[in-house]
Amino acid sequence: MQIPMRNKLQNPGILHRIENFLPKLVVIPTIAVAAVFIYGFIGWTTYISFTDSRLLPKYELVGFHQYVRLFTNFNLFPPESRWSVAVVNLLIFSVLFIVLCIIIGLLLAIFLDQRIRGEGFFRTIYLYPMALSFIVTGAAWRWILNPDLGIERLIQQLGFGDFTFRWLVDSNMAIYTIVIAAVWQSSGFVLALFLAGLRGIDDSIIKAAKVDGASLPRIYLRIVIPSLRPVFLSAVIILLHISIKSFDLVMVLTRGGPGFSTDMPATFMYAFAFNRGSLAFGAASAVIMFLAVMAIIIPYLYSELRGTRNAR
Amino acid sequence: MKFLKGALIVLVACMFFFCEGAGGPGEVEVLHWWTSGGEAAAVAVLKEMLEEEGHTWKDFAVAGGGGDQAMTVLKSRAVAGNPPAAAQVKGPQIQLWGDEGVLTNLDDVAQAEKWDELVPKVVADIMKYQGHWVAVPVNVHRINWMWCNPEVFKKAGAKIPTTWAEFEDACKKIQAAGMIPVAWGGQPWQEATVFEIIVAGVGGTDFYKKALVDADPAALNSPTMVEVLKTFKMIKQYTDPGAPGRDWNLATAMVIKGEAGMQFMGDWAKGEFTAAGKVPNTDYVAAVAPGTSKQFIFNIDSFIMFKVQAKNEAAQKAMARLILQPKFQEVFNINKGSIPVRMGMPEGPFDAPARLAMKDFSETSKTGGLIPSMAHEMAVMPAIRGAIMDVVTNFYNSDLSAEDAAAQLADAVKAAK
Amino acid sequence: MRGREPVMVGERSTGAVIGRIIVYSILIVAALYFLIPFFVMAMTSLKTMNDIRTGNLISFPREFTLDAWGKAWSSACTGINCEGVKGYFLNSVQMVIPAVIISTLIGAVNGYVFSKWRFKGSETIFSFLLLGCFIPFQIILLPMSQTLGVLRIGQSIFGLIFVHIVYGLPFTSLFFRNFYVTIPDEIIKAAKIDGAGFFKIFWKIILPVSLPIFVVAIIWQTTQIWNDFLFGVAFSGSDSQPITVALNNLVNTSTGVKEYNVDMAAAIIAGLPTLIVYIVAGKYFLRGLTAGAVKG
Repeated sequence: MQIPMRNKLQNPGILHRIENFLPKLVVIPTIAVAAVFIYGFIGWTTYISFTDSRLLPKYELVGFHQYVRLFTNFNLFPPESRWSVAVVNLLIFSVLFIVLCIIIGLLLAIFLDQRIRGEGFFRTIYLYPMALSFIVTGAAWRWILNPDLGIERLIQQLGFGDFTFRWLVDSNMAIYTIVIAAVWQSSGFVLALFLAGLRGIDDSIIKAAKVDGASLPRIYLRIVIPSLRPVFLSAVIILLHISIKSFDLVMVLTRGGPGFSTDMPATFMYAFAFNRGSLAFGAASAVIMFLAVMAIIIPYLYSELRGTRNAR
Repeated sequence: MKFLKGALIVLVACMFFFCEGAGGPGEVEVLHWWTSGGEAAAVAVLKEMLEEEGHTWKDFAVAGGGGDQAMTVLKSRAVAGNPPAAAQVKGPQIQLWGDEGVLTNLDDVAQAEKWDELVPKVVADIMKYQGHWVAVPVNVHRINWMWCNPEVFKKAGAKIPTTWAEFEDACKKIQAAGMIPVAWGGQPWQEATVFEIIVAGVGGTDFYKKALVDADPAALNSPTMVEVLKTFKMIKQYTDPGAPGRDWNLATAMVIKGEAGMQFMGDWAKGEFTAAGKVPNTDYVAAVAPGTSKQFIFNIDSFIMFKVQAKNEAAQKAMARLILQPKFQEVFNINKGSIPVRMGMPEGPFDAPARLAMKDFSETSKTGGLIPSMAHEMAVMPAIRGAIMDVVTNFYNSDLSAEDAAAQLADAVKAAK
Repeated sequence: MRGREPVMVGERSTGAVIGRIIVYSILIVAALYFLIPFFVMAMTSLKTMNDIRTGNLISFPREFTLDAWGKAWSSACTGINCEGVKGYFLNSVQMVIPAVIISTLIGAVNGYVFSKWRFKGSETIFSFLLLGCFIPFQIILLPMSQTLGVLRIGQSIFGLIFVHIVYGLPFTSLFFRNFYVTIPDEIIKAAKIDGAGFFKIFWKIILPVSLPIFVVAIIWQTTQIWNDFLFGVAFSGSDSQPITVALNNLVNTSTGVKEYNVDMAAAIIAGLPTLIVYIVAGKYFLRGLTAGAVKG
């Protein structure tokens, strides 16, 4: 355990006292802002979820009514209510999204780490989707995935008349098109994380393994990838947070459709709180969402902060 | 520079009109979602008229989701205590905003302009909160239209249907001739539009009112509803695979280009035909949807007016007054494809579909066939509308049976009430 | 921390050559996958409408034209006004620059305190701050509007800047803290013995080595703020709407004939600044990540 640094100089005086207080002083604004704009607002939302607010906030409490509504007909397999569809979609989406991003990101990072000519060029290409929001690329994606205009038509024109690719318009498959677009956007970032991790590995370990006659794939599987464990953790957390927040993506690609087959908790909450005049109901779904996030993040933060302390 | 310009406008305006304190020129910020070509041109007329009187129009357009996005913005601004002077809000939602106590009373304008005589009572009731005018109706849209391309029908040897049996027959012929029978936009509100047309066409006026206005669970889960749902789902086989997510105007374009035979859509679709240089009854036919010739499903756009600073009150009231002036009513509605909400307007400048709509509007207001649109937020509160739309769109896009869907409709509405 | 020599795929044996061919092919195929959407956008924006109707997704324009770009920039309709996206572009610039600078600087100082001047409870405070990274932003729309209204900066660029600073701070603080943790404490101790104070150490010792992490933080913040739509639409007024809102108005509606080329040109214009930032600074981004932000 690291003992927090203290000023050990022996010259007490007014200046010194100010100096000692200074670090606290400079973070006070941030703390105040976080207290109001993060925790205050979470508190507000939680409060609203116990009211019967419709169009605009109202402050008379009605108890757990909204939560009861939310979990009426809650059945995940097969999903029945719209909320359960949203939850199942989030599960499908996050698992696929995280796994695919990590596989693609890791593989490309390992390949890019092989003294590739034009590495910078490739890296820029893999990374650029991060720069663009889905408001920008959504139209192109909708187009690519649309049966009339996109891939289906293109391949049919190439002479494969029977080719069909209609996931976007099939309510059972549309969620996977969202995965495709999301992986496209985020796997470059994961690649950057892994590449940075690979560059941070001590060379001598690998050299030693080579001298012992280990084959390259074996070195990667046994030595390199395990030593990237912290990067995996960061990547999973970042991707998880992206998938829970995924909103623009769904709104732009499918608007939750066909039907509400690609609804996610974030779009669900938005639809009820803002479009349907069921603010309290939307707030209840947001609170559940937030609790779910906390359940994942708090253990991570705990280990993260311990980890960095030990590392020093 | 901007300030100078503003000052100049004030000066000029003061010279032409007498300047009287709060009565001077001001500014109205208008939140709306009329961003498509014809619509933007139509509402620009109002801007010009307002500017002629020396006021300034601040445009605040937010497109997307048939006004969903704009409503989010409006709520955000209302809780910030800084709502725009006027916002496009319609139907029962006007009452919700009235409940919040943020709307301005327009009774003085209404009295001076005799709105109660100009506007049918059905409409006036929607615009009033506790007996006071708080909103200004702009236009009347008829929902139950079917836009047809006669060329497609001719090629397929079909005739424009007036019953649902004839409809299916025509679809088969058009499909056999290698064209798409129905141009479909697979977005929940569009699906709900077709659904409500069928509720009216198959179920009849009384059933429509019970099911979609009173949201009576017994009517929603009834054999009639099952029949309605089956008819609704029947259409799916006559649409193309690109339909899901398609915008309405792109579906209209399919009819214009002759790729598809017909489209169910409100009369704003006419604006797209007009913009493409098409003439009614030659290039396209606007037919009343099968089985609904004695019905008029209406959708009325309106502006609610929020309380504003004193200096902008005159501008706001001027906007309210101008909206119901014959000049704006005529130009706007011709551009947008709707009909004037102001009664007794000369039919002359309007085209054939609009004349038919004007006639049916006044007739159905006497027979009771004048019914508010559920899909277009005129009939029920947003939460109930949302619940109905969820089931409808889920039914259309999944393998759910009509019987189960009818049961779900009743359940969903009960839960949302 | 210096980059390690990359692992080489064996010597120049036939097997190794085949290996490298496979590696390169995979990299190229992946690059194509990543490029497709942008390629589609770029090609479409250079076509005429007629070309779009008759051609396909990835066909080259038969005649290149910049008309769509001109129209998107200065004459496309985004409501009643038909002045293109240029005004909104400027709004975005006015919003992004101060928001990025302020949130990055505050984040740097926060990171400095949370790593080098820890006090009792600072770790706990820091973790609570971090949770701010994870709240779904939809839930703060209404309370935030209320607050902005009270502060009298609702519907203005200032309001937007404020919101972006507030919700950027957790991220920037995290970046800087994780980076500064890797700077040895001994250096700071030595400086203190020499009599250097809080700000002097920051200025003389910490800042000069912070370039990589500044790049990471600036890139991250610029991208987030420039691309934001939700805050932009909810908290802006009629003369402070950012470009994402204009783009939405353009793409989500249409005139009689939908002008895909104009939509795509506007989309590229909206994406260009962040794209350039990535292309120009991408190298430093990776360096910054290597230097600390990746720490587990």
